Amino acid sequence: MKLEYSAAQRAFRAEVRDWLEANAPAAPLKSFDTAEGAAEHRAWEAKLNDGGFAMVPWPKEYGGRGADLLEWLIFEEEYYRADAPKRINQNGLFLLGPTIMEYGSDEQKARFLPRMASSEEVWAQGWSEPNAGSDMANIQATAHRHGDHYLLNGQKTWASRGAFADWLFGMFRSDPTSKRHRGLTFILCPLDTPGVRVRPIPQLDGLPGFAEVFFDDAQVPVKNRLGEEGEGWKVAMSTAGFERGLMLRSPARFQHTARRLVELWRRHANELPAATGAAVTRCWLAAEAYTLDTYRTVSRLAAGGKIGAEASLNKIFWSELDLRMHELALDILGEQGELLPTAPAARGVGNWLDGYLFALAGPIYAGTNEIQRNIVAERILGLPR
Amino acid sequence: MDFRFDEEQQLLQSTVRHFLDAECTPAVLRVLWESETARSPELWKKLAALGLTGLLIPEAQGGMGLDETAFVLPLEACGHAGLAEPVVATAAVAAPLLREVAGALADEWLPRIATGDARVAVGHPTLSFVEDAHQADLLLLPRGEDEVHALPRSAVQVSEQPANDPSLRIASVAFDASDNSCVARGKKARALFAATLDRGALASAAQALGVCERLLQLAVSYTSERHQFGQAVGSFQAVKHHLANVKLKLEYARPLVQRAAHSVAKASAQRALHVSMAKHAACEAAVFGAKQTLQCHGAIGYTWEQDLHIFMRRAWSLDHAWGSSSFHLERVRRALLEGAFAIGPGATFQEEQQDD
Ligand SMILES: Cc1cc2nc3c(=O)[nH]c(=O)nc-3n(C[C@H](O)[C@H](O)[C@H](O)COP(=O)(O)OP(=O)(O)OC[C@H]3O[C@@H](n4cnc5c(N)ncnc54)[C@H](O)[C@@H]3O)c2cc1C
Repeated sequence: MKLEYSAAQRAFRAEVRDWLEANAPAAPLKSFDTAEGAAEHRAWEAKLNDGGFAMVPWPKEYGGRGADLLEWLIFEEEYYRADAPKRINQNGLFLLGPTIMEYGSDEQKARFLPRMASSEEVWAQGWSEPNAGSDMANIQATAHRHGDHYLLNGQKTWASRGAFADWLFGMFRSDPTSKRHRGLTFILCPLDTPGVRVRPIPQLDGLPGFAEVFFDDAQVPVKNRLGEEGEGWKVAMSTAGFERGLMLRSPARFQHTARRLVELWRRHANELPAATGAAVTRCWLAAEAYTLDTYRTVSRLAAGGKIGAEASLNKIFWSELDLRMHELALDILGEQGELLPTAPAARGVGNWLDGYLFALAGPIYAGTNEIQRNIVAERILGLPR
Repeated sequence: MDFRFDEEQQLLQSTVRHFLDAECTPAVLRVLWESETARSPELWKKLAALGLTGLLIPEAQGGMGLDETAFVLPLEACGHAGLAEPVVATAAVAAPLLREVAGALADEWLPRIATGDARVAVGHPTLSFVEDAHQADLLLLPRGEDEVHALPRSAVQVSEQPANDPSLRIASVAFDASDNSCVARGKKARALFAATLDRGALASAAQALGVCERLLQLAVSYTSERHQFGQAVGSFQAVKHHLANVKLKLEYARPLVQRAAHSVAKASAQRALHVSMAKHAACEAAVFGAKQTLQCHGAIGYTWEQDLHIFMRRAWSLDHAWGSSSFHLERVRRALLEGAFAIGPGATFQEEQQDD
């Protein structure tokens, strides 16, 4: 066990830190769930990409730097330390990108990855349907093969950032006689394809953070298929591993929130019961535990290990921690916790309310925590189905 | 940066695990419970032969010359078996304390600990009772917070305090201190006591992980076999989620314990903080595990006959030993409130960086 960074890792951290100090926006951008905010976030992503930092673990040819997973963690730590903007293209960068890396042809990699890195093309994820939520294998949207293209029909829903995205990656039933997870195909579809209609849906905060997407004989070339026809489930599951695991929610995010929570508590400690301090301490401790566990996992992966069902433990842990931290912060803030950012008295309150509303979704998206607990019980503990 | 154990460390764990699976079964523990001392001289000798009692003792004095990072996995294995022998008191706490006291006392006792010929018990100013005083050949005891005294058992009065965990033997110990018995005082003694508390807490935390793992295994195997409503009760989602929640607490306590072991081994400035984080999380997981696995067993788990309670009692006694969950949470809370160290993204391994 060696818990020191190498000289190269320290140099990398310093480089990221310097670049972010010089380039990260001084004031928060508008929410990327507004047209104006989406444009600001795209501009930021373009700048990040010009700096070579859009997706450091990717190979150089696709806009990355060939960084290893440890450097990825370091990058994330610096990114959150700098309080840099949320990633508008996270579905592309963190979910689809790694999947293309694994299943894409060279042509697909060259076509999609660089424009993903620059956020010229922002991606939405089209898995859920009105009747396929937790039961994702119940997907009913279809892809009908016609020569060198597919005709897409049906409906996707809850596609995050679908309102302002350019492309959607989704799963469609290509074999009409198939059942469950067989006969599904993973398809990449431009959202301006004729026959595709996007209807934004306002979320809990009132902004159109996700969208329904309707397909009516939308024509997509076969070369936009990822993996083999009928193999979509397998391809998608590789994304699920990444989503719940390392990429989407690296520990720095929660350490950043934990630090803000500790600072908030310190400012109010004299007025608060000891129990609040104990609860804050538990949260900080849990964020450290998540960090240590991630370093442990990354060390294992570096030595050739794989992420399996334990990604479900991660997902439960971070989503419930995030929610607890925001609940506590609002509790500490008291009546100020009710204030919208536009309230004149909201200065210095921070974005805890926004964060809380978002944290509430954590136990739902990326596979609900009930489903994750089933997975932990069945695949890790080995309980009977 | 490599948060992994090397092959030798993993090998030691599996050796101890296999040994205890065979030699320290619940049936063996139950026999020991009924015995006068609840301790097995044969088992202790065999543990010594494996190197466990001398793990932290320098090679020159007959030990393995390893550190806490190497000890944490074998200790987890001891917890898993519910081992009652004083590996914490003697091997994890007394041995390094003697090593630091040094001099003739260390030269006399360390080789004997390594060979399994001596058991040494340690008291602490924050604790009322001394673990395994009843069997100790030598006791290292506090007078106030500023003096460490070393006395043979014949020179102290041991009054045993029956405990809820029959594997645990604790006692109040009275003695007449003299200049002769004092082996450290003042600043030195306080530093020794601080390190002792951290070592005791770390070793208990590591055992608690093993206990929690064992509780889970017992519950998984029982609920996979017990049928109600025509199906295994382990297939009911309420049962699954109870046990998944235990697994969650266990898996996120583990890296805290491993990291604390590293900090103790390196005498890091954040040693106490890291130990408290670990002890809090590991004992909370084990105590939670006891409650949940009992629930998943139903009435059978509520009996003396079923083995579950061997490990439930272990979970509770380890929680009570060397500072409870809330004692350690409070130590973390204070340090955090004072702003005694950097926090936030990138700060986790800051302390280690200053080393080089
Ligand atoms: C903010 C947000 C963003 C999202 N973004 C996307 C996106 O970008 N792309 C996308 O495809 N989807 C997205 N989703 C959808 C998300 O993946 C689904 O909401 C999720 O899979 C749950 O499906 P559902 O909402 O239909 O709930 P349901 O499946 O109807 O579940 C309702 C309740 O029943 C429980 N339940 C269901 N089945 C079981 C079971 N077997 N055992 C125990 N309990 C069960 C659930 O846990 C839940 O509590 C997003 C959701 C949210 C909230």
